[in-house]
Amino acid sequence: MSQPQTLLETKNLTKHFVTKRSFLGEPLATVRAVEGVNLTVEKGKTLGLVGETGCGKTTVGRTIVGLYNPTGGEVLLNGENVHATLAGPSAMTIRRKMQMIFQDPYSSLNPRMTVGDIIREPMEIHHLASQAEMKERVWDLLKQVGLNPEHASRFPHEFSGGQRQRVGIARALAVNPEFILCDEPISALDVSIQAQVVNLLEELQAKLGLTYIFIAHDLSMVKHISQRVAVMYLGSVAEIAPSLHLYDNPLHPYTQALLSAIPIADPKLEKSRKRILLEGDIPSPLNPPSGCKFRTRCRKAFDRCAEEIPVLKEVEPGHQVACHLVG
Amino acid sequence: MAERILTVENLKVVFHTYAGMVRGVNDVSFTLDKGEVLGIVGESGCGKSVTASAIMRLIPTPPGEILPGSKILFESQDLATLEEQKMRQIRGNAISMIFQDPMTALNPVLTIGLQLSESIILHQKLSPRAAMEKAIEMLRLVGIPSPEVRVRQYPHQLSGGMRQRVMIAMALSCNPKILFADEPTTALDVTIQAQIIDLMKSLNERLNTSIILISHDLGVVAGLSHRVQVMYAGRIVETAKVHDLYGNPLHPYTWGLMQSIPKVTDGTHRQLQTIGGQPPDLLSPPPGCPFAPRCRFALRICKEELPPLIEINPDHQVRCWLSHELSPVRAVDVFQKEVVNR
Repeated sequence: MSQPQTLLETKNLTKHFVTKRSFLGEPLATVRAVEGVNLTVEKGKTLGLVGETGCGKTTVGRTIVGLYNPTGGEVLLNGENVHATLAGPSAMTIRRKMQMIFQDPYSSLNPRMTVGDIIREPMEIHHLASQAEMKERVWDLLKQVGLNPEHASRFPHEFSGGQRQRVGIARALAVNPEFILCDEPISALDVSIQAQVVNLLEELQAKLGLTYIFIAHDLSMVKHISQRVAVMYLGSVAEIAPSLHLYDNPLHPYTQALLSAIPIADPKLEKSRKRILLEGDIPSPLNPPSGCKFRTRCRKAFDRCAEEIPVLKEVEPGHQVACHLVG
Repeated sequence: MAERILTVENLKVVFHTYAGMVRGVNDVSFTLDKGEVLGIVGESGCGKSVTASAIMRLIPTPPGEILPGSKILFESQDLATLEEQKMRQIRGNAISMIFQDPMTALNPVLTIGLQLSESIILHQKLSPRAAMEKAIEMLRLVGIPSPEVRVRQYPHQLSGGMRQRVMIAMALSCNPKILFADEPTTALDVTIQAQIIDLMKSLNERLNTSIILISHDLGVVAGLSHRVQVMYAGRIVETAKVHDLYGNPLHPYTWGLMQSIPKVTDGTHRQLQTIGGQPPDLLSPPPGCPFAPRCRFALRICKEELPPLIEINPDHQVRCWLSHELSPVRAVDVFQKEVVNR
């Protein structure tokens, strides 16, 4: 094995959305969607990003690929600052290296374009090949994602959800990216189709050496596909650890509750298991609680939690937790 | 012996479309006992929601139609042929339903209290004031904090989990004998999902309400159901007690579904087993077993003739030729061999 190499890194990434402005344009209300997130992804590996709705996992992803400009902090791809490059002349080269697979295979493909055109478009934009080569490449890509190349002239509506998601994957692969952001790529699919798409993603990763960030709320699928998992709560990372380790030994009270809430398809286990039930809902990110953001739902919260924001500390090699009770 | 509360016999629902007749539910028969939780599992388009809508008589007609010969027996009445007038007294009263999407199933321009008390006034003939009190009581029952305030609020002021609780309160407000829960947790986060499952479990135990739980999530079904039936292409392909179904699945589709989901309890990484291909087009279902084109164990007869429902024991039935007494192989053996070969 070669030395692990960091492909992607976020440093203190922060993204705020101003939802209300005064007459003069001064911000009145700000949603702190992402606050000081530090993540690293090794080349050829998968980082899973989990959390409840509104925890900022999609915002982190979208900021990483440059769909949003960060309010603070930076994203480094191979040591190169993504957002600074995107503003400069070599924006196209860095865009080519980062691609995205979307959640909804129904709305993320243009219904008026054939599947072949959809896959060809990124290559045309990046001037990667001649027309004849492109045609061949489209065939190759369709074969690679398990679709019949003769279907290149069909339109998206002629395909099922799983097949459309394969088209989305082929489109992302068309420009030979190094990094792919998978934003809930399987949550709109049927159970038996989910496994097909996950297997395809794993197969492509092994073959092409791709690096993924896999965002999902299905924790069992995230455990399956990722080497490392980051758990987010209300814009911050609560815990990061190697995935098998995280599921065996969760240290943050939120991770513990989240894991115990996963329904397991085994009635015997399900009966004997103890659930940690969280009370209430996620607080509004417009007005997050002071100190630790999880304290309002945490059973173990004490005085210090309200006063001081816990920072991510390394408790074991590769296992970081942001909680006053740990470390 | 538990009291039988619902018997469905040969239920057939078709939809007349421009492209032809779609058989949404094809010859489905099952029973439900008092206090029982029956899980119905299947992928989208397998007919699980249509079955529920048919029993509630909520199938839009036209284009839908419950074919003559279908029987839905509830309290010595046949719901399949009951006049709409009488059906209205049952729907939302003795049989009620929790809908899938709490974001769209509530009326956005009416307060929670008005929506809740509407069915109470209608079915229990209470005064508006008494109904509102009952509504507050119901909200408290499903665990909504400060219900006196909530009844005056509108749906947009509540979170998804809260709205789902309102839906459950609404469905329970007339003490139904049967409660349909159509994907009650699909739109929710896992932590909220756990709260709702917990709530439904305690309601089932406390009020002895029979529940029909419809879901594609094998985990949710495992935690809540006593008995499970698996549907595929409009038919029931396997039915068993929950432990039997998960411990000893006999239909290749059930087995494939179980193999295709990762479990958080898996210690190591294993390759996920997939079911190749797509569910069949219900406009022109294949002859023989509808699962045969995707089945890796299919015999020749599977492509020619629909297997009957074969009884393994009084509680476990499976619609598969592999379990027929004349089958050359046993389902358990071929599954075992497949696992070893991997």
